[in-house]
Amino acid sequence: MLKLENISFEVENEKEILKDVNFTIEKGKFIAITGPNGGGKSTLARIISGVVKPTRGKIIFNGEDITDLSITERAQKGISFGFQQPVRFKGITVNDIINIAAGENITALEASHYLSEVGLCAKDYINRELSDKLSGGEIKRIEIATIIARNSSLSIFDEPEAGIDLWSFNHLIEVFRKMHKNKDASIIIISHQERILDVADEIIAMVDGTIIIRGAKESVLPELLHCESPENCMNCHDILEAKII
Amino acid sequence: MNEIAKELLKEVSGLEEMPKGAYNIRENSKSIARQSSENIEIVSKEDKSGIDIIVKPNTKSEHVFIPALVSCGGVHDLVYNDFFIGENADIIIIAGCGVSTGDSCDGSEHNGIHRFFLGKNSRVRYVEKHIGVGIGTGKRVINPVTEVEQEEGSFMEMETTQIKGVDSTRRFTKAKLKDNAKLVIKEKLMTHGDQFAESKFEVDMDGEDSSVNLISRSVARDYSRQTFISKINGNTRCVGHSECDAIIMDHGVVSAIPEITANSLDATLIHEAAIGKIAGDQMIKLMTLGLTEGEAEAKIIDGFLN
Ligand SMILES: Nc1ncnc2c1ncn2[C@@H]1O[C@H](COP(=O)(O)OP(=O)(O)OP(=O)(O)O)[C@@H](O)[C@H]1O
Ligand SMILES: [Mg+2]
Repeated sequence: MLKLENISFEVENEKEILKDVNFTIEKGKFIAITGPNGGGKSTLARIISGVVKPTRGKIIFNGEDITDLSITERAQKGISFGFQQPVRFKGITVNDIINIAAGENITALEASHYLSEVGLCAKDYINRELSDKLSGGEIKRIEIATIIARNSSLSIFDEPEAGIDLWSFNHLIEVFRKMHKNKDASIIIISHQERILDVADEIIAMVDGTIIIRGAKESVLPELLHCESPENCMNCHDILEAKII
Repeated sequence: MNEIAKELLKEVSGLEEMPKGAYNIRENSKSIARQSSENIEIVSKEDKSGIDIIVKPNTKSEHVFIPALVSCGGVHDLVYNDFFIGENADIIIIAGCGVSTGDSCDGSEHNGIHRFFLGKNSRVRYVEKHIGVGIGTGKRVINPVTEVEQEEGSFMEMETTQIKGVDSTRRFTKAKLKDNAKLVIKEKLMTHGDQFAESKFEVDMDGEDSSVNLISRSVARDYSRQTFISKINGNTRCVGHSECDAIIMDHGVVSAIPEITANSLDATLIHEAAIGKIAGDQMIKLMTLGLTEGEAEAKIIDGFLN
């Protein structure tokens, strides 16, 4: 359903941020992208959603070349993107943004449902402004709720776990499992969290703007961590625990 | 009342028929309908154009409507309204002014001078909306002057809105606060075309533990210009805060000029101003949710001024 062909992204006088990235994700699949900070994961998500244009390469979505389509057109065709750093707005409320995301006026009850999915009590939040008065974890959860509300055929989440407390994190994993049951929808999650990687069908490791390996967790982690058996290695165990894959 | 006046009335005060309770409707410099209530008396001034609104002490949960309309071109209205709010009273005042040039090329103007005298522990919520309409080429001008004197423990909240159609406005709001008096001002403003708007505040906090909170949100589009001047004097132990948040679009220009003076060691005064175009990441976020650029812009502006 999504195919990236030789995607490269360079900024003037800077290094090449993405180098010839190729990958495909099939309908109904759940792919996790991991790798060290600065590896190019968020840039790749921005390129898929149209926020930035690649300097080379093609993006095919459901058989159509969308490389030159705008952000809006891609969104309308079914691509959703939850930011690593959610945007704040003065005067726009949680209810407003969920309605915008759902693409129609939905009832208060439906809106509440999306909030409870991310562990927020609707009545405390529905009328709050998306301003800087919301905490980091709160705004992050609202961001995730908007992506769920969009119910699109490709959902991309950029580090959904960031800033989310442990209880909600467990619940969030369940939300992703549930989304994954929908065989018509594909999910890409960028994450450093081993437990999210566990839910994915496949993992892609990105380092320095290239995909170094793609496959099951068992084959990707040793490669990424340069270690034969990370699960049993003290050093890697610490890295995994610290969620800094 | 003609159709234009009816339309203006509805826009500025939400009224489609005569309200219950006290009201005074002014059209083209004359009072055309008036009613006092048991607790709120409205009387004409003898020496000049305008009214006195006298609210008895302890009046609770009553509304007063005082819309002013200029429904034809060439009218230059000047009015003095004084509000005397009795001790412990708690009321809502719905003011508002609509000016129309009709289809004439003569300008229309409304200059209102409002004075408020708030008795001890009284509470007033003052809601005011300004609009300009009409296809005439004359200028639509509204210049409001507001003076507020607050006795001990009184509370006043002013909500003013001017979203469209007024070509030129100079607003001057002046307040003096005694002990424990609190003043909250929320101003919303949008200018278009080559409109000009100036809003100037001058607040003296003379009483201990008095406070003022002044919040202005505005949008300047096209070639319009806005100036926001806030002068706050903290003369004793008090808290003052003013905030000017503006979005500029096209060739809009906004200046924010604060002048906060602490005349006492115990005065805490803060001024914040942020002026800039719509943040790019806000546009992008809404577009990733499926809105077009135009829809995203409209949502952001609507929310900002809501
Ligand atoms: N427009 C740009 N101009 C210059 N450098 C950029 C630009 N966009 C991204 N970069 C750089 O590209 C690299 C990849 O950034 P990106 O945000 O994609 O990394 P990431 O893999 O998401 O990292 P993290 O795990 O920290 O979120 C970084 O070094 C970043 O500074
Ligand atoms: Mg990132």
